Amino acid sequence: MATTDVVPRESAGGMGHKRIVNDMSIQVATVNGSGSQSSNTVLLRSIFQMGVPVSGKNMFPSNIAGLPTWYTIRANKNGYIGRKKEIDFLVAMNPETAVEDTMSLAAGASVLYDEPLALHKLRDDVIFYSVPYDKLVAAVCPEAKLRKLVKNMVYVGVVAKLLTIDMAEVEKAIRKQFAKKVKAANLNLAAAQAGFEYAKANLEKRGAFYIERMDKTAGKIIVDGNSAAALGCMFAGCTVVTWYPITPSSSLVETMIEYMHEYRIGPDGKATFAIVQAEDELAAIGMVIGAGWAGARSMTATAGPGISLMSEFAGLAYYVEVPGVIWDIQRVGPSTGLPTRTSQGDILSTAFLSHGDTKNIMLFPCSVEECFSMATEAFNLAEQFQTLVFVMSDLDLGMNNWMADPFKYPETPIQRGKVLAKEDLDRLGSFARYKDVDGDGIGYRTLPGTSHPAAAYFARGSGHNEKAQYSERADDFENNMERLNRKFETARSFVPRPEITKGDNAGSEKTKIGIIAYGTSHWGLTESRDQLREEYKIETDYLRLRAYPFTREVHEFIEQHERVYVVEQNRDAQMLTLLKLDLKPELIGRLRSIAHITGLPLDARSITDELTSMEGK
Amino acid sequence: MATTTVEPGASTPGPKTNRIGLTVIDYKGGKTTLCAGCGHNAISERIIEAMYEMGVEPEMVIKPSGIGCSSKTPAYFLSRSHSFNAVHGRMPSVATGALLANRKLICIGVSGDGDTASIGIGQFVHLMRRNLPIIYIIEDNGVYGLTKGQFSATADLGSKLKTGVINDLPPIDTCALAIQLGATLVGRSFSGDKRQLSAMLKAAIAHKGTVMLDVVSPCVTFNDHEGSTKSYKYVKEHEEILQEVSFVPHFEDIDVEYDAGSTVQVTMHDGSRLNLRKLEEDYDPTDKIRAITRLTEAHDKGEVLTGIFFVNPEAPNFIDMLNVVDQPLTTLPDSMTRPGKEVLDAVMEELR
Repeated sequence: MATTDVVPRESAGGMGHKRIVNDMSIQVATVNGSGSQSSNTVLLRSIFQMGVPVSGKNMFPSNIAGLPTWYTIRANKNGYIGRKKEIDFLVAMNPETAVEDTMSLAAGASVLYDEPLALHKLRDDVIFYSVPYDKLVAAVCPEAKLRKLVKNMVYVGVVAKLLTIDMAEVEKAIRKQFAKKVKAANLNLAAAQAGFEYAKANLEKRGAFYIERMDKTAGKIIVDGNSAAALGCMFAGCTVVTWYPITPSSSLVETMIEYMHEYRIGPDGKATFAIVQAEDELAAIGMVIGAGWAGARSMTATAGPGISLMSEFAGLAYYVEVPGVIWDIQRVGPSTGLPTRTSQGDILSTAFLSHGDTKNIMLFPCSVEECFSMATEAFNLAEQFQTLVFVMSDLDLGMNNWMADPFKYPETPIQRGKVLAKEDLDRLGSFARYKDVDGDGIGYRTLPGTSHPAAAYFARGSGHNEKAQYSERADDFENNMERLNRKFETARSFVPRPEITKGDNAGSEKTKIGIIAYGTSHWGLTESRDQLREEYKIETDYLRLRAYPFTREVHEFIEQHERVYVVEQNRDAQMLTLLKLDLKPELIGRLRSIAHITGLPLDARSITDELTSMEGK
Repeated sequence: MATTTVEPGASTPGPKTNRIGLTVIDYKGGKTTLCAGCGHNAISERIIEAMYEMGVEPEMVIKPSGIGCSSKTPAYFLSRSHSFNAVHGRMPSVATGALLANRKLICIGVSGDGDTASIGIGQFVHLMRRNLPIIYIIEDNGVYGLTKGQFSATADLGSKLKTGVINDLPPIDTCALAIQLGATLVGRSFSGDKRQLSAMLKAAIAHKGTVMLDVVSPCVTFNDHEGSTKSYKYVKEHEEILQEVSFVPHFEDIDVEYDAGSTVQVTMHDGSRLNLRKLEEDYDPTDKIRAITRLTEAHDKGEVLTGIFFVNPEAPNFIDMLNVVDQPLTTLPDSMTRPGKEVLDAVMEELR
């Protein structure tokens, strides 16, 4: 099926009348396993190198080879890097989806297709370009078995010509992509040039879309969220990583393995970390908890099905009060769901993961910068609050390439929380593990191996008193649970605060509409707020949530607005539901839900359409 | 057997102390809450003795356990050691994490037959594969005690519950499984055999790899009746002892004379010696296939076979394989766990 969920619309670009510069969506439809990822990255980088803000989104199947896959590159002069619904330029390489992909385009779009597909007969309101790929690739690639891989680089050259992308940038991007593999770089460059020359000699540009140089990417980096998180964890001082492979989280740990082996080897040539591939997610979190209890900065990365499996252990960590960081790179559930598509569907289950009155701290990164910076925050919070911290990323953020400012070196020191050393015990004589000495609900702990006869305590998931002794007494149980609640309340003041962006209400009355969003919904929403302003004269204030438990600012924001739309990527308005549990009853009625889940990243138009409809516009 | 003891001073005769100056009291735990006569209590006693006699620093010991009667027992020994009574069947992962974090810790994990062979079989087999330096003890009574007497997966074929229910499924032999998967010191003992169990536990403390000890430990309340194959009476009547096990720790300068024909001597990693006087002439505890064959025969004959079935003191353990720094990861200074700004700058440059 096609990933464009739009019906044919009125002419967008016009047939060569208008000139649309640095504002387009290019979609490449291929078969997975055909090596198109390199070609798409080269195309993305070429545009980036021309100074044009760009984003790339891979829509791929849960399969290794042979099924349809789409890669969408969005170039946008305003810096909108969320998904755009409409496709302006289709590169149709996959015979299986070519017809449906072409039929779902809006009028005025362009289609570049492999000559034998003969797509031009399908419609007369889109622009067609055909290229005899096999002929071109045969000429530049004598080795028949490599042709399949090189073929995709031909379209890069053709697209460069048709969209006026500088071939010098294409060459630079190819050299970067193939780095030290000079032969492969030369071969791919020849293929791209063959495409460019063919287009120059045979194709007449008719579409309205152009890439022109600008200066909006200077100094920026391109990276995916999982790599950013991996780097963040390395700089956060993480020492134990356990994992079980699951899409879309695997690349987080795989990238971390590479970085750690490069940058975290001690002077004696030995690792300052341990990374273990566990037998399943239960073991992965069990190891995280064992390591956290013993005093390491430990983490794992997973996705929804793994979160479900970790449920029992999460309650143990909550109740025994053991630190650990869990990255949830959310994908579409329920069950196996759509394993290679994005969602924000684990919010409620993670907030209360486990039986009994378990509550967990969650962080919501929206960008690769936050994947990096929140790693340090997550580890610090986990150790300060002696509990699990879940970092709720998603597939869109984790696996796609994003343009970003270079990451800032963490300013926050590594904070290990309340840990008593031998010297402390020498002074104190003894300690009570679960006693609320400081009134913040957080007890003091000791680590195994602390050389003091009074250091040991009995960590147990069964009922216990302040001294960590087994207890079934009603008052012990109640006091302990109340203290745990106090600890969670303390966390409200320490978790990352939301980011609030006011609408433009200079000289007018206060903005009545508030919007709450989090994670990658931010990108579509930012663009939607501009659409609301420009197309509907609707001003909105926006609060981007960054953590659970909700901080004071979240309550104030809702109090300050008549209507508050909660935008998220799930069916059941999970964050809105979580907010309801936290709000004064009279404020609950202010919340409205804009919840979307298709597996594709949330786009601006969907938000705008729904919000305006609910506003009666 | 002989152990070295250190007298604190001739003029002040005090209680006996071990080589690090601690008394046996320093290795005790809380008062047991298990049933009187429970085999598990005897095992706890043996652990206390072995740790004392080996002169282990109790603060360096961790005692993870799962859920069940057996998993409660870490409360009854070594109060000066950290314990972690975790979730049912998942002690291996908690222990693994703790040892990754701090490789200096000495880990004695306690589990039961239900905790290991049913709900925990997944983590158990993977623990065995890794040869993690851990002493893994199954306190094996063939029934679930805390839930009042249902069969576990180590119950023998034909064994009878108090209610008269007959077990019609074959048992999982945790020793055979451990040997096949890579554990490097594997044995079975009986909670009532003080001498054998003590020697095995001391060898376990000296070993630097996965020790898997299945200790048959009768449940006096739910599985000690006529028809049970895990009762005191049945075990005593059907026990077949493979070798006489004795242990000489590295810090004792004792030369035990032995006849190479009748005794297998194994030198442990720390220089201690494990002596196995053969009661079955052709048994070789370094031969995996022979071990598994002998265990299979024991089941066929209805024997409760005890002894050291397999030992390999030289196999690399999991922590060594990971090439982790010598000092515990838990106490590495920030300078070793957070790379400098120049590293971030270099990575950012690559991503431009």
